[in-house]
Amino acid sequence: MNRIIKKLLSNTTSLIGLILLFVFVIIAIFAPIIAPPLFSDPYQIPRMSWDTEPQPPGFPISDDMIFVYESMGEPITRDKAIFGTAQGGYDIFYGLIWGTRTAFRIGIVTVVFSMLIGVILGSIAAYFGGWLDELLMRITDIFLSIPFLVAAMVLTTILGRGLDKVMIALVFFGWMGYARVIRGSILCAKEDVYVMAARALGVKDYSIIVRHLLPNTIFPVMVQASMNIGSMVITAAALSFLGVGAPLGYADWGQMVSFARNWIIGSPGNAGEYWYAVFFPGIFIVLFVLSWNLVGDTLRDIMDPRLRGEL
Amino acid sequence: MLSYIIRRILILPLILLGVTFLIFCLFSLLSPMERLATYINDPSVLKNPQSAQRLIDKYHLDEPFPTGYVHWLKSLLRFDFGWSPTANQPVWDAIMQRLPATMELVLYSIIPVILVGIWLGVISAVHHNDMLDQFIRVTAIIGWSLPTFIFGLLILFIFYGILGWLPPGRLSTWAQYIVYAEEGFKNYTYFITIDSLLNGRIDIFWDALKHLIGPIITLSYISWAYLLRITRSSMLETLRKDYIRTARSKGVDEKTVIHQHARKNAMIPVVTVAGMMIIRMLGGVVITETVFTYPGLGFWAASSAQQLDYGSIIGFALLFAFLMVVGNLIVDVSYALIDPRVRLE
Repeated sequence: MNRIIKKLLSNTTSLIGLILLFVFVIIAIFAPIIAPPLFSDPYQIPRMSWDTEPQPPGFPISDDMIFVYESMGEPITRDKAIFGTAQGGYDIFYGLIWGTRTAFRIGIVTVVFSMLIGVILGSIAAYFGGWLDELLMRITDIFLSIPFLVAAMVLTTILGRGLDKVMIALVFFGWMGYARVIRGSILCAKEDVYVMAARALGVKDYSIIVRHLLPNTIFPVMVQASMNIGSMVITAAALSFLGVGAPLGYADWGQMVSFARNWIIGSPGNAGEYWYAVFFPGIFIVLFVLSWNLVGDTLRDIMDPRLRGEL
Repeated sequence: MLSYIIRRILILPLILLGVTFLIFCLFSLLSPMERLATYINDPSVLKNPQSAQRLIDKYHLDEPFPTGYVHWLKSLLRFDFGWSPTANQPVWDAIMQRLPATMELVLYSIIPVILVGIWLGVISAVHHNDMLDQFIRVTAIIGWSLPTFIFGLLILFIFYGILGWLPPGRLSTWAQYIVYAEEGFKNYTYFITIDSLLNGRIDIFWDALKHLIGPIITLSYISWAYLLRITRSSMLETLRKDYIRTARSKGVDEKTVIHQHARKNAMIPVVTVAGMMIIRMLGGVVITETVFTYPGLGFWAASSAQQLDYGSIIGFALLFAFLMVVGNLIVDVSYALIDPRVRLE
């Protein structure tokens, strides 16, 4: 473990990844201070005006909106949109800061749950073998037969809009990779002497899997999980982009990009007019995913016995 | 060898059956009324309880799960996928009409992926750990981290918004008029780039190509970033094998070692991954086509999803699952053709 941490810190790419991740964690923790919420539900992005078209960075809150917030009895904590506003007057800066929390929640919740399902099914299949293995692996094949994004899109559409529905869909179609990896490692490890010894001592199957096999085989799965956090966040953002993800006005990066979609071309003669509407959300998503990938990529190289000593 | 292929082909119907079962499970999450809505093209039917009941009976929508599944399968075999309000035509017709556009996009995306990905991967491995390798590696990771919809919007922003070179859609209005409305234009393959050449219309070919380049780049950049990584690590592993050392110590020059001895064997895992990447593209089609408003299956599926047009997205999912299962079979078989070790197992 120490060796891994040392490698992660000494490798430039993974160090950049770790620093970026740290910045995002800080943003997520201090979101209420960086962007004080206006509503009781902090994930609802406040609107700075009723304008349809995006407004440039530094855009001040409109008089109409001040009136609305005052009549609602909400104190006005934001006087201008630092990164501009998206379509519909939504404050981009606010959406991005609180969207960081959404991104962490999506990434970690979906990866933890899908890993749990995958590890349970994969270790059962590998340990007991025979028809159970065959059955579980064919079920895995079937789940893998629908492209991930398509499957997630169909399930979210059927379940209805909402972030919880998105996460259910991502977990439901996201566990197969883990099941395959853990099955492979347990198949190798279960013939080892320590497993036979445990079995000869009469240790129960459940304890052998949980206490003996998993601690020795879980690490490759964790590496895969760290690499998957980024792609889960991308897929959730893609669903929001397609209009089947987070509800309207929810602080979610994918939605911020989908707000920008209609304005990407700009107006005639001024192509880059609304650059900020896609630039800021884009930068946040890319850096977030990049940081996880940088760490995961180095972890994978460290884990790869063929490359040992090369790094 | 033959027995391996036959065994794989025999499993195919089973997997397909499993997939239809899984999709039917998703479909069953909807209420009978919602499922009924996927079969009708005239909402006023629902006002009359009798005609609604007649349709429920016709499609066996209120039957228990197992018999409901069997009847649903039967209707699939009759190509009765329901009605698509989004396309305003039966789902099956909507699929068939949009399939060529999507296939044109996917097929043209595969070629640059395989060429560029493998070429860069070999370079990256040969120059292991020097500047070029690091550069390619970092570019690949960044490419891997850039979501398709942001990359696509960027391409659209730069090449259409600023430069005005690559417009969205599939054809310009004037070309649409010729291709879809004029008598003289014959559709042979429904691939506009090919049909236009067969009709001797270079201008339409050029127009179609301009509309295709953006979506092609968007759809394939992730794949080549990934393929590059795999080629690199596979090549690195092969270059450390004993027989490569033997070849080198015999005095075979470096070019021959890399291109003749190493690359062939390093390609074995690459073939699998290349197949997987092509299959992955099927998923990317939805976003790419939506960004570029390219009138293919993905664009239609995304608009169907937004309008809660369940029948269309179920049909779309079935089609893509079918394509994916068949694609997997082709990858497995070609893998066995290339690598003799697979056959012996």
